[in-house]
Amino acid sequence: MISSAIIPQPLARLPWRLLFLIMGIAMIGLLTLYSAAGGSVNPWALKQAFIFLVFLTVAVGMSWIRESSVKNVSFPLYAVILLMLILVEMLGFVGKGAQRWLDVGPIRIQPSEFMKPAIVLVLARFYSLLPPADIKKWRAIWPAALLLGVPAGLILIQPDLGTAVMVILIGASVMFVAGLPWWLFAGAFLAVATAAPIAYTLMHDYQRQRVLIFLNPEADPLGAGYHITQSKIAIGSGGLFGKGYLQGSQSHLDYLPEGHTDFVFSTMVEEWGFAGGLVLILCFAMVIRWGMKVSANAKTRFAQLTAAGLSATIFFYVAINLMMVMGLAPVVGVPLPLVSYGGSAVMTVMLCIGLLMALERQQRTGSGISTLRMPA
Amino acid sequence: MVLFGGAQAAVGTALVARLGWLAVAENDKYQLMSENNRVQLIVVPPRRGWMVDRYGKPIAINRSDFRVDIIPQQLKNPEQTLKLLAQLMKLDADDMDRILKDLKQGRGFQPVQVAESVPYEDYAAVTVRLPELPGVQATRGFSRYYPTGPAVAHLVGYVGTPTAEDYEKTKDPLYLTPGFKIGKQGLERTLEPYLRGTPGAQRIEVTASGRLVKELDPKPDRSGQTVQLTIDAGLQEYAARRMGPESGALVAIDVESGDMLAFVSMPAFDPNDFSRGIGQTEWKMLSQNDHLPLLNKVAQGLYPSGSTIKPAMALGFLKLGVDPEHRVYCPGGYQIGNRYFRCDAAHGSMDLHSAIERSCNTYFWATGLRTDPQQTTDMVKYLGYGEEFDLPLVTQRYGTMPNPEWLKKKYHREWQGYDSANTSIGQGYVLINPMQLAVMPGRIASGKLIQPRLLMGKPRPPIPPLDIDPRHLDYVRKAMTSVVNDHGTAVGSKLPLDGVQMAGKTGTAQVFRLGERGHQSNWTLRDHALFIAFAPADKPRYAIGCIIEHGGFGASAAAPIVRDTMTYFFDQQKAWAALAPLEKQWGGSLAERNDSQLAQFKAAARANPA
Repeated sequence: MISSAIIPQPLARLPWRLLFLIMGIAMIGLLTLYSAAGGSVNPWALKQAFIFLVFLTVAVGMSWIRESSVKNVSFPLYAVILLMLILVEMLGFVGKGAQRWLDVGPIRIQPSEFMKPAIVLVLARFYSLLPPADIKKWRAIWPAALLLGVPAGLILIQPDLGTAVMVILIGASVMFVAGLPWWLFAGAFLAVATAAPIAYTLMHDYQRQRVLIFLNPEADPLGAGYHITQSKIAIGSGGLFGKGYLQGSQSHLDYLPEGHTDFVFSTMVEEWGFAGGLVLILCFAMVIRWGMKVSANAKTRFAQLTAAGLSATIFFYVAINLMMVMGLAPVVGVPLPLVSYGGSAVMTVMLCIGLLMALERQQRTGSGISTLRMPA
Repeated sequence: MVLFGGAQAAVGTALVARLGWLAVAENDKYQLMSENNRVQLIVVPPRRGWMVDRYGKPIAINRSDFRVDIIPQQLKNPEQTLKLLAQLMKLDADDMDRILKDLKQGRGFQPVQVAESVPYEDYAAVTVRLPELPGVQATRGFSRYYPTGPAVAHLVGYVGTPTAEDYEKTKDPLYLTPGFKIGKQGLERTLEPYLRGTPGAQRIEVTASGRLVKELDPKPDRSGQTVQLTIDAGLQEYAARRMGPESGALVAIDVESGDMLAFVSMPAFDPNDFSRGIGQTEWKMLSQNDHLPLLNKVAQGLYPSGSTIKPAMALGFLKLGVDPEHRVYCPGGYQIGNRYFRCDAAHGSMDLHSAIERSCNTYFWATGLRTDPQQTTDMVKYLGYGEEFDLPLVTQRYGTMPNPEWLKKKYHREWQGYDSANTSIGQGYVLINPMQLAVMPGRIASGKLIQPRLLMGKPRPPIPPLDIDPRHLDYVRKAMTSVVNDHGTAVGSKLPLDGVQMAGKTGTAQVFRLGERGHQSNWTLRDHALFIAFAPADKPRYAIGCIIEHGGFGASAAAPIVRDTMTYFFDQQKAWAALAPLEKQWGGSLAERNDSQLAQFKAAARANPA
């Protein structure tokens, strides 16, 4: 913590190390968006900076929330978001075709996005209520499975495979950390492996296409495999130190599609090379490590599970996106948080960060209220 | 907890490893792919090399013309643009179909041809409206031009747009470039490697959608080589025009070097039309014509040699020791076995000289029967009949010079008396080609074993003298001189020049049936007329062979053409003066007649569109 006589106490008590990392990542994102727009703050960088600052403020504000408050809103919050998911589904049914959002006045709310932190909170709450002795019992599993399965199913039929997979992975992470037996996850993995062919037959054509392309992107480099192929070219042509800032031909000449959203990492690595990519990955790793430390140092079971789940949320965002752009996973439409253009991911991640900061603050102070302490 | 953190760390490490693999280990591969994306080549077709004659006069050149192309990526409103273009340039439905197809298949930055050889008025009309036609390009290009048109058609052939099969074979992107033509026939085809040149390229940086970002340093094209032919373009044109409406072939060579000075097959198409892309109607007209304007008669025509074989045959007789003074009485025919062969006339008492001069068949029948057919035919073959020449021709048919050995192999029978008789007068199995018709008198005239040549640039190996007694050659030359200048069969074709005499030999090759000579009302059944010649008779420089299909007697159809063509060598003015009244009678020069013929055919085609 930065301590100084000049800086006001509340500010000085913020976890600055984390905030610098977050701002550093966001800065890399803004620089990349500036380049992706051909060297212009419009249409992306400026707007993104604004969105980031808004949610940074929200996150910092959230750091004063008390753990007990979080605990108390877990179930109601989950219920509300679940209802919104159902509403989205109904609207989609009425309005013919897929819909993922609700229009509330000028704001467009995507409930599945909120479900990511919400699933962490509700499962953490569930396991904090469960007597530790019961963790190996059947009653430790089925309510959690239900809490996770219903929203995941709703998101899957939207259809939004990427988000559904993420929600399931996040939920599973919380359950794993809660101490469910490992064979349960091994069994689930086996079940998925056997169910995958069946799921494949139930998929939409574009989803099937994506799976096929992932398995063999070179089969049709100019057609369906275009995204992955061009992304690999962008990353691969970067070399050790990249082509130089604003010099990326793949992104500037539009060969790389979605170079400002899902494939922003490719845009960045093309210009900054392996070194640039490594720095970004390390920044994310440190953020996640910070979150995991919060979990490790937690004094309550709820805090431990929440911190681990929120860190896992950030982790899965980053890991799935990077695997996707480097050709290790199918293109499922998961953005790189804080770097990709768009508000949803920034919002989710900043909510996670905000909650993590709140939990961390209470570890340091022992309560939800920031007590005055003399600077050391 | 630790397990979970460990798993995250493992995934993170894997991601870094993957990043390193792509960006560092495989960097070369992806860098190349990225460059291939970024830089596109627009092929600039090279200018085709010229063909010039032995004096440097152009035979095939490039003429700048106007062309209109579309750059698909710059096309804003395809339908409206094409509609306006069609209206401005009078494009028909076929053209539109092709353009639409090309546009669909094309790559954004590669131009698609709308039309080439656009008349200036249409070009101007398009240029004026260019602001309304985004993506349309009106430029100057080059098209192949043959100044003498049909006169060189069968010699040079023509060029044309490569076919899909041509492209499949080479996969050369040059073949897809609008305006690029390859040699399709004749020398244009056989000399393709020399004439083509090396394409240049405009290197441009383009976006994924094909929009041009900037031009990088271009690679200039190298135009094809100029190829110098042995042909004398003036003579070639004269001979072609002198043939008039006849169907036939004429070859002139330099007797000292073997250089081919004229290579004429008539009638002919206009290679300019072919290179531009020939219309259906014109193609139909050419393919229906019974004078076969699409057939290269010089390279592919085969005819019985008729009496033109006699000078060569005579050298065979002399070699076998036949006394030239020995006389044979010609009563107007000759009995061989149970058949009586008719001569053209009752020539009376003939020696070798007068038998050549008057073309007495009886003498040759009788002497042919007295001599060894293997050796006499060997002599004829040695002088060029039935010989294949090393020339850059697409196809060359060289005919047959029969002998007993050949007959046995081919038809499994023994050589008979009548075979000797037929062969002695150039009938029966004898089939020769118009080039041989010039080489044979050329070899006799120079006494050298010349080989015909078409390319000036080729090395000139020393030419060996003929393995023939010079006294024999002299005797035959004198006899051939008499054919034209004394009491021979072609006295009507004496050169109209002081001090220059032509020596020659007529030939009449039966098409129909032996013994039914004379006038036939059916053109296709009439005899072929042949004439071989060299001049000056005392100091030979040029030799000519000429065949006029179904021309009747050689003396009346072929010899005058050879006479005037030979005159051209020594006095061009006199030659042109001889041609003028003839062309008036035929209805204009070669080009004029070709045009009016096409116009007539088109009118007829329109009248009954069957």
